[in-house]
Amino acid sequence: MTTIAPTGAPAPAGEPPVVPAPRRGTGRRGPGMLFVLPFAVPFALFLVWPVVQGLWMSLTDSSLTLRDTSFVGLDNYAEAFGDPDVWSSLGNTVFFTAASSVPLVLIALAMALLVHSGLAGQWVWRLSFFAPYLLPVTVVTLIWTWLYQPEVGLGNELLGSLGLEPVGWLSDEAVTMWSVAALTVWWTVGFNFLLYLAALQSLPSAYDEAAALDGAGAWRRLWSVTLPQLRRTSVLVAMLQILASLKVFDQIYILTKGGPNGSTRPILEYVYDIGFTGYRLGYASAVSYVFFALVIVVSLAQLRLFRQED
Amino acid sequence: MSTTTPVARTMRRPHRETAGSPLLLGHGRLPRVLAGTALTVLAAVWLLPFLWAVATSFQSEQDVAKPGLSPFKGAFTLDAYQQILERGNVTVWAANSFLVAGLVTLITVVISTLAAYGFSRGTFRGRRALLAVTVAAVMVPPQLLVVPLFEQMLMFNLVDTYAAMILPQVVAPMMVFILKRFFDSIPRELEEAARLDGASEVRVFLSVVLPLSRPIVAAVSIFVFIGAWNNFMWPFIVTNDPDLMTLPVGLATVKDAFGIQYAQAMASALLAALPLIVVFLLFQRRIVSSVATTGLGGA
Repeated sequence: MTTIAPTGAPAPAGEPPVVPAPRRGTGRRGPGMLFVLPFAVPFALFLVWPVVQGLWMSLTDSSLTLRDTSFVGLDNYAEAFGDPDVWSSLGNTVFFTAASSVPLVLIALAMALLVHSGLAGQWVWRLSFFAPYLLPVTVVTLIWTWLYQPEVGLGNELLGSLGLEPVGWLSDEAVTMWSVAALTVWWTVGFNFLLYLAALQSLPSAYDEAAALDGAGAWRRLWSVTLPQLRRTSVLVAMLQILASLKVFDQIYILTKGGPNGSTRPILEYVYDIGFTGYRLGYASAVSYVFFALVIVVSLAQLRLFRQED
Repeated sequence: MSTTTPVARTMRRPHRETAGSPLLLGHGRLPRVLAGTALTVLAAVWLLPFLWAVATSFQSEQDVAKPGLSPFKGAFTLDAYQQILERGNVTVWAANSFLVAGLVTLITVVISTLAAYGFSRGTFRGRRALLAVTVAAVMVPPQLLVVPLFEQMLMFNLVDTYAAMILPQVVAPMMVFILKRFFDSIPRELEEAARLDGASEVRVFLSVVLPLSRPIVAAVSIFVFIGAWNNFMWPFIVTNDPDLMTLPVGLATVKDAFGIQYAQAMASALLAALPLIVVFLLFQRRIVSSVATTGLGGA
């Protein structure tokens, strides 16, 4: 054991001490790299690497089959810009985003204002509106496939009882994306509703009370006091919602597989189709990056737009 | 530790069950009745799909196929549930979902909390650069990564394993960011006292910072769990073995196989929904308040 003794001896003069003395009182001492490492390793491995790897793959003809991969430069991107399926699936994605985001913000706001108005039965309202958000996407889709069932589904039964013609909820190209949007609003409005409700509950009541003393009626106070106070929340909800809607894949894939006739296929499903059905991983990566560029442009545009207004 | 109380109380204040603002409706009866009606109609519309599904699951397939607006077209029966449970898939998938979502939550929360503390209080080199990369990564849609991640899983020979489903899901830059913002708001004097007493950094973290952070850690855990439980795309891409599938993936594979058997489809859907509904009923107020706690609300 004596042989290892020297390592325990004080460091020779001239060399800096291995462990720097804690600088007490300066507040400079703090946790080191070791705290971040357990996160940084999977972060580098499962996020940074795939981002870089995906960019590289988009410049190759990489494939799920075992043949050799070669560098093709920007060919995949050139192909993507000339690919009508890229444009139509991007169009579907933008259409879905518009069709779902507007009701997802407005209905959530209406729900929160109504619940916040203090009527009895708070937990029933919250449960009704938020519970669907907790359901797995497949459960939601199974339930709505049943509602949209052409012969005995609730949708057409209701229309029939009103004396109206049945609708091809999942078979009529003009209707199906709206069916998907309705499902999505039902499923996810609860999250936006909670964001609004939390914001409402943290608003100071002083302005509202002052306006009431000045004789402002309920509508007047809603328009001139409450809604302006909710502006920042509305901006946040709208931004989050647009970004979330652009990423739509799950419910559409399970509900319609992109049909009828590709009319509901979003860009992420096209990426999936190219990569995992068509085995062209390189091209799929290129289309992913076109989509990523769109997401970044939308995010930056939103930031600029709303920062200017503030 | 007397200092925990005020902080914890401040955390809860905004989301205590308030009676709302009675002023919003004024003193008139008409706005109150209108609001009540609107709320009831909305809630009914939101509950209707669910109730319709419940009713369907308790009928025979023959009765379900009968036309008519009545939710109950025939006798009450548990046949659909019995058939689902006998097949056994749903229970295997539920177990997989619990395993995957549970481990994802545990690992995510531990590494994110540590990293957030390191970013908030750390003094190591490269901290700012690493933090900047982490914040930037919030922008990356996870769906963008499925193609390269899948190739990575092929390379590591992990396709069709629990590890493949779990590992990529534990990276949650947004949660690190939320936790860091919370740690930044805790006054440093509390830790300095412990440091002067000679406590190690791990000790300071575990016995000073963590107890103050219980509400935010609970909120993050709930969000990570719901996200992992409901995640579809990644587990769907990385599993083929029916015995490894999670509930959302497994149900999707049999959705087409169900054909016209809507009673069984609804029974499966409700069995799959049950765990989270129970979680919601148990933790309702915590879930509601966690939206505010994560800093997303009250902006």
